[in-house]
Amino acid sequence: MMRAEDSYTLAAETARTSYSRLVAILAARTRDVALAEDALAGAFQAALENWPKSGVPRSPEAWLLTTARRTLIDGARHEAVREKVMPDLTMLTEEAHRLRDASEELFPDERLKLLFVCAHPAIDPSMHTALMLQSVLGLEATHIARAFVVAPATMGQRLVRAKRKIKAAQIPFTIPEKDQLLQRITAVLDAIYAAFSTGWDEAFTETRKSAGLADEAIWLARLVVQLLPENAEAKGLLALMLYAQSRQEARRNQAAYIPLAEQDTSLWDRTLIADAETILRAASTLSAPGRFQLEAAIQSAHISGLVQGSVNWPAIIQLYERLIQTAPSIGAHVAQASAVAMAGRADDAARLLERISEQADTYQPYWAAIAYVERSRSNFEAARAAYNRAIELSTDPAVKDWLGVKQAELA
Amino acid sequence: MQYMLALYEDENAFMNLNENEMGELMGAYNAYTTSLQEAGAFVAGEPLEPSATGAIIRNHADKMQVQDGPFVEAKEHLGGFYLIDVLDLDAAIDWAAQCPCAKTGTVEVRPVWNIGD
Repeated sequence: MMRAEDSYTLAAETARTSYSRLVAILAARTRDVALAEDALAGAFQAALENWPKSGVPRSPEAWLLTTARRTLIDGARHEAVREKVMPDLTMLTEEAHRLRDASEELFPDERLKLLFVCAHPAIDPSMHTALMLQSVLGLEATHIARAFVVAPATMGQRLVRAKRKIKAAQIPFTIPEKDQLLQRITAVLDAIYAAFSTGWDEAFTETRKSAGLADEAIWLARLVVQLLPENAEAKGLLALMLYAQSRQEARRNQAAYIPLAEQDTSLWDRTLIADAETILRAASTLSAPGRFQLEAAIQSAHISGLVQGSVNWPAIIQLYERLIQTAPSIGAHVAQASAVAMAGRADDAARLLERISEQADTYQPYWAAIAYVERSRSNFEAARAAYNRAIELSTDPAVKDWLGVKQAELA
Repeated sequence: MQYMLALYEDENAFMNLNENEMGELMGAYNAYTTSLQEAGAFVAGEPLEPSATGAIIRNHADKMQVQDGPFVEAKEHLGGFYLIDVLDLDAAIDWAAQCPCAKTGTVEVRPVWNIGD
């Protein structure tokens, strides 16, 4: 007989590794994400009560699925939907049996379907990421709320509303048709990248509001790559995030901010870099270039340049040009101008920045780039003013400090 | 699962169509209705007279009020509807995208609330 702590640990482990799969299986059958989550939560609760007494079942996942299914059937009894859902729920029993005997993934598609539901165009795009984090990863609403800087009750309500919509409007748990597929995958990838960016931006803030979100995003991207091996952009996104993540340890010295060009490259995670390189290469063999692959290629060029001690700026500027053509954004324009400045062409960089001055007025990297460019051109007054603006717009105290130091260096 | 497709259009543009254009549009709607019927998705569908022909009624706190239409001042007004029965939201969106109204106006897809569910 297993001790209570051991079965608790096993339940927690099963929760981490199987949650998304089990929710996806249940939600695809009931077409009701909230109900699936509740039933699964109930099953985990029952596991914690039963396993210490009766021992851990041979296949914990099958046990959880069967228990959750019973809850769903009880729930369905009171509803007219029962007739529609019952055959699917009955099938679940067979699936649970198969799950017991299989060591590898049986229902890879269900999680993919759940991702497509979370990023459905009929759902408010600002909720795509939050829905995924909750439904696919099982994160608590309070955790998600912290990451997105909203009140937990507000986030909880928005999630409930979104799930109610999935059920009421019958958003289907299917893989979209070919003509829709690319657009729909883009929404899924965008939502994953938003989770990563939130985690990346907040990784070093005092509260570490969204610590771990970057890892969760990478996990989701790996899942999409595994489920859609023919999609080049999914690989591009995964590579992009792995490159960024590889530099995680070098971004700070104690608490101080270290810009990319000054990072200690020996602190970069070579395993992640190698992983990213392999994935990006695999993406390029699919001959379907896109925004994420270009951004990953830019990261790759920076990283290999800095490791070798000489950065190929013309190549990077070229990649930014293609990125601007593929997916124009203020960020891409500013980054390209910065690359032009780094290549020693400060006047050209100033002209590029001038072109976007209106749209970029409240964009922190824009002012940091202006400061660098004006400093290179010995326009110290303009540089000083730009540093002020950049400091004002920074949310990260370490970045504020670093910009202050740079400003103080001005003659 | 039933959905209502609410068709919003610029009435002025509609009024200003010449005879040929009007004929083409009617033909497009007829073809669309036929394909809905052939797919077994058609439940109901009607065009509406212009919004200015409508009346706005409120009976709040037993105080009956009647006003002339339209309900809201807007560029596009409700000009017709379809009630369709299809598998899920994606199927309804597919039908909405094929509606002639989607080319020039706006189609809103709303799931019918099935109170029995």
